[in-house]
Amino acid sequence: MASAPPGCAGRADAYRAFARQIRAESLRMVHRARSSHIGGALSVADIVAVLYGGVLRHDPRRPDWPERDRFFLSKGHACVAVYAALALRGFFPVEELATFYQDGSRLAGHITAGVPGVEASTGSLGHGLAIACGVALGLHRDRSAARVFAVLSDGECDEGSTWEAALFAPHHRLDNLVAIVDYNKIQSMGTVKETLDLEPFAEKWRAFGWNVREIDGHDVSAIEAALSAPPEGGRPTCAIAHTVKGRGVSFMEGRLLWHYRPPSDEELVRALEEIAGA
Amino acid sequence: MRALTGLAARDPRVTFLTGDLGFSFVEAFAARFPDQYVNIGVAEQNMAGVAAGLALAGRVVFTYSIGNFPTLRCLEQVRNDICYHRLNVKIVAVGGGYAYGALGASHHATEDLAVMRALPEMTVVAPGDPVEAELATRAIAAHVGPCYLRLAKSGEPIVHAAPPDFAIGRAITIRPGRDCTLISTGAMLPAAAAAAAELGRAHRVDARVVSMHTVAPLDAAAVRAACDTAAIVTIEEHSATGGLGSAVAEVLAGLRGHPPLHRVALPAAFAPAAGSQAYLLERAGLTTRAIVDGVAALLAPAGRGASAADPA
Repeated sequence: MASAPPGCAGRADAYRAFARQIRAESLRMVHRARSSHIGGALSVADIVAVLYGGVLRHDPRRPDWPERDRFFLSKGHACVAVYAALALRGFFPVEELATFYQDGSRLAGHITAGVPGVEASTGSLGHGLAIACGVALGLHRDRSAARVFAVLSDGECDEGSTWEAALFAPHHRLDNLVAIVDYNKIQSMGTVKETLDLEPFAEKWRAFGWNVREIDGHDVSAIEAALSAPPEGGRPTCAIAHTVKGRGVSFMEGRLLWHYRPPSDEELVRALEEIAGA
Repeated sequence: MRALTGLAARDPRVTFLTGDLGFSFVEAFAARFPDQYVNIGVAEQNMAGVAAGLALAGRVVFTYSIGNFPTLRCLEQVRNDICYHRLNVKIVAVGGGYAYGALGASHHATEDLAVMRALPEMTVVAPGDPVEAELATRAIAAHVGPCYLRLAKSGEPIVHAAPPDFAIGRAITIRPGRDCTLISTGAMLPAAAAAAAELGRAHRVDARVVSMHTVAPLDAAAVRAACDTAAIVTIEEHSATGGLGSAVAEVLAGLRGHPPLHRVALPAAFAPAAGSQAYLLERAGLTTRAIVDGVAALLAPAGRGASAADPA
């Protein structure tokens, strides 16, 4: 079960420390694997830290505990952040993170079910919110107190299927559902603004019937407040988390390049130093 | 629907999702089982994703629509969300083949068997008559894992006088026979049975008729058993590319010597015109007559079926 130290300040410190660990492990995984998508893992790291550091009711020894809250990483390419959080929380050994992306590993480059704690495989964008809606509907009808969280990328809000699900959840009054958009403003080929502008973004979700909370996606206290607040008016919640791609490593911040490139040996050392000193 | 109502009454996990179709026959179900019913709206991608989520939450989910909407329209959700997680989702499509003939090619489900059987974990069932359809509905509900149920429209003729022993993946021999084997899937079963009767009457050919209601996993044993006869004919209201005929050919390709295979199927093309199901089937050569002629031609070199016409 999640055990956060008492007191807001203490909790915030614990979240920040957890986020530093998640970022460091994510960087090591991507570096070792020569894989990609580190920018989006760093942008979502604080959100993942707050979820697995306190908000989610879960039990690492019983990943299928029926009363658990469910978490879906719809932006499956940011999997290293979640793999790291799960390992650090004790769902599986931290040493296994070294197998990420390797031949025979269960830790694939998009989040994959079968890894303890992972509810569903994603990777193709625009799938996660619909799955989360189905789980939320099932839990709702079974009168379960469990909540359902889904993290989306801004890029996958280009997908029509995301908006099919966005129509569905308020209609069925799924107030046990929280969508979190990691709004780092950069997608595969450029900025969101120049690719397919989402603005006015909060208004869109509001117009679809969601209870919208706009937050700084790197302020752990704001994230915690947004994700733990009780639902209002029988509506699902959408937390639009304004984030920075590559957050925490100065030379990666806001740069599209790090959607694709892994850090070199020397860049890894510099990145880990920056994370440790943050 | 009657089978489904019975299932829902016995098992509260059974949940029915529709993509806003089924006017006049789902209302009673919806009223009786409000916690086991959702009209998703015209949003098949979401229907497949929500179905996956409900299955993750422990339900046995049926998704329903017509033609290609619950399959091709949301193919990636079916593959990634349902099959990849091996979830208990049963996709039901009404209007297999040319059932919605005059509505145009957008509504013709003529590649669904090929596409669905290509998906890992997917069980593909196309019952041959209303009796098999009801048994298949119960069977897929009891089966753990993703299933695709391809139905005709309704009002198809009944072939089985009594309910047969029905199991997923096990073909049903409708009529024994020693000369050739007619393997049919879906609603072509009555045509196959009629062709066998005609072959016996007019050509003195003793044709076996097999209802291959499950296309995946295919009953390979039934195909191997058909090698005891001199010819194998597959019959399906589906494109010649990738359906039953292809599946049977895959089994035969692995055998050392086998009888010739003749595939009666739709051309891999869009229907050339509007028209009723009967009209389009006639144009495509999917008739009892075509099956009979195909078998006769296949058996002719052996001097059996066409012996009367053979000067030797």
